[in-house]
Amino acid sequence: MIDIQTWVNASSFASAGIAIGFGAIGAAVGEGYAASQAAVAIGRQPDQSGDILKLMLVGQAVAESASIFALVVAMLLLFTQQPPHLINVSVCLAAGICMGFGAMGSGIGSGFPAAAACVGTARQPAAGGRLMTNMLVGSAVCQTPAIFSLVIAFILLFTDFSDRPLSPTWAAILGAGISTGLAAIGPGIGGGLVAKASCEGVARHPANAAPVTNLMLLGQAVTQTTAIYGLLISFILIFRVFPETETLSRPMALLASGICMGLGAFGPGVGEGFAGMAAVDWLSRNIRAAGELTRTMLVGQAVAESTGIYSLVIALIMIFVF
Amino acid sequence: MAIEGADLVKAAAFLGAGIAMGLGAIGPGVGEGITASKACEAIGRNPAEAGLITRTMLVGQAVAESTGIYSLVIALLLMFVVV
Repeated sequence: MIDIQTWVNASSFASAGIAIGFGAIGAAVGEGYAASQAAVAIGRQPDQSGDILKLMLVGQAVAESASIFALVVAMLLLFTQQPPHLINVSVCLAAGICMGFGAMGSGIGSGFPAAAACVGTARQPAAGGRLMTNMLVGSAVCQTPAIFSLVIAFILLFTDFSDRPLSPTWAAILGAGISTGLAAIGPGIGGGLVAKASCEGVARHPANAAPVTNLMLLGQAVTQTTAIYGLLISFILIFRVFPETETLSRPMALLASGICMGLGAFGPGVGEGFAGMAAVDWLSRNIRAAGELTRTMLVGQAVAESTGIYSLVIALIMIFVF
Repeated sequence: MAIEGADLVKAAAFLGAGIAMGLGAIGPGVGEGITASKACEAIGRNPAEAGLITRTMLVGQAVAESTGIYSLVIALLLMFVVV
């Protein structure tokens, strides 16, 4: 007979592996892409190698932060022992899944602006300073979904759930981890696409840097909305106390609401990123079309958002109706 | 805790509804985003035709949306009608 503390420890160690295993994917891909484009840029303009190397390293450092969050959560899971209560098996798993998947999109996304800034410096050496600013702002926004995941993982690990009924709380907690974790992937990648186009645009016409950066921020803000829906569902699942139940259908509804919102946030996040990318790209080429471009971008993004809203509605029905 | 057949079916229906709506939302989201991105490109090249381009974009997106609505309908059916 295995005692409860052993189950909790086993779950905690397995979750540490999930957190850093999945959490390492995104940053590595993003940084590799940035390095590949930096090599291309230095090949084109060997005289600028110092500036390009600096931009590459700064951009990679921002992309790295997502996987450092995952490392922190993995370390916490390894070295802090959770109390012997069955609910903590679910808590550890949820924290690991949340941070592991949550770091993926932000890591990949932050690599895009770093790569575009390196190529842009080779093309337009005089724009170096403005490119650096634009890249930092863009990749900082890309990191927000990873920070949401970190917040949820910390709340899960440092909240005492032992006074809640085991069923359905185990499913609510697991659903909360899955919701924010999966919902962070799409917006992270989408925000990176917008920031990439913005860095290219600043390099193309440094004089248009201000409107290009502004449209980038607007486009990125819209891509982040589905990550916020995921965060919202997680908060409801964590902080609402669900009455004890003997059935299997109630916990499964709570788990399914997290899966629904997590998966449903991916498509709108990436799609709105594509829309924002093209709008920012063409604003830098044709500044006179700013009004039409902004309007079309927002209308197109609003339509792409609709399926994310359907997922939110289904998730809320599963939490509050059943 | 004894699990009854009807309860198990209900649990599976909820899980199915969540997966249906979650996965079903991915395709329309990406597809409509690509449509919007190409519309922005077209307007950037030819701002004079902005009205026509936006109209075409919206019609195309509405068609791409249909599979997302199928997922929504199936999810609602699973939650309210089947069980």
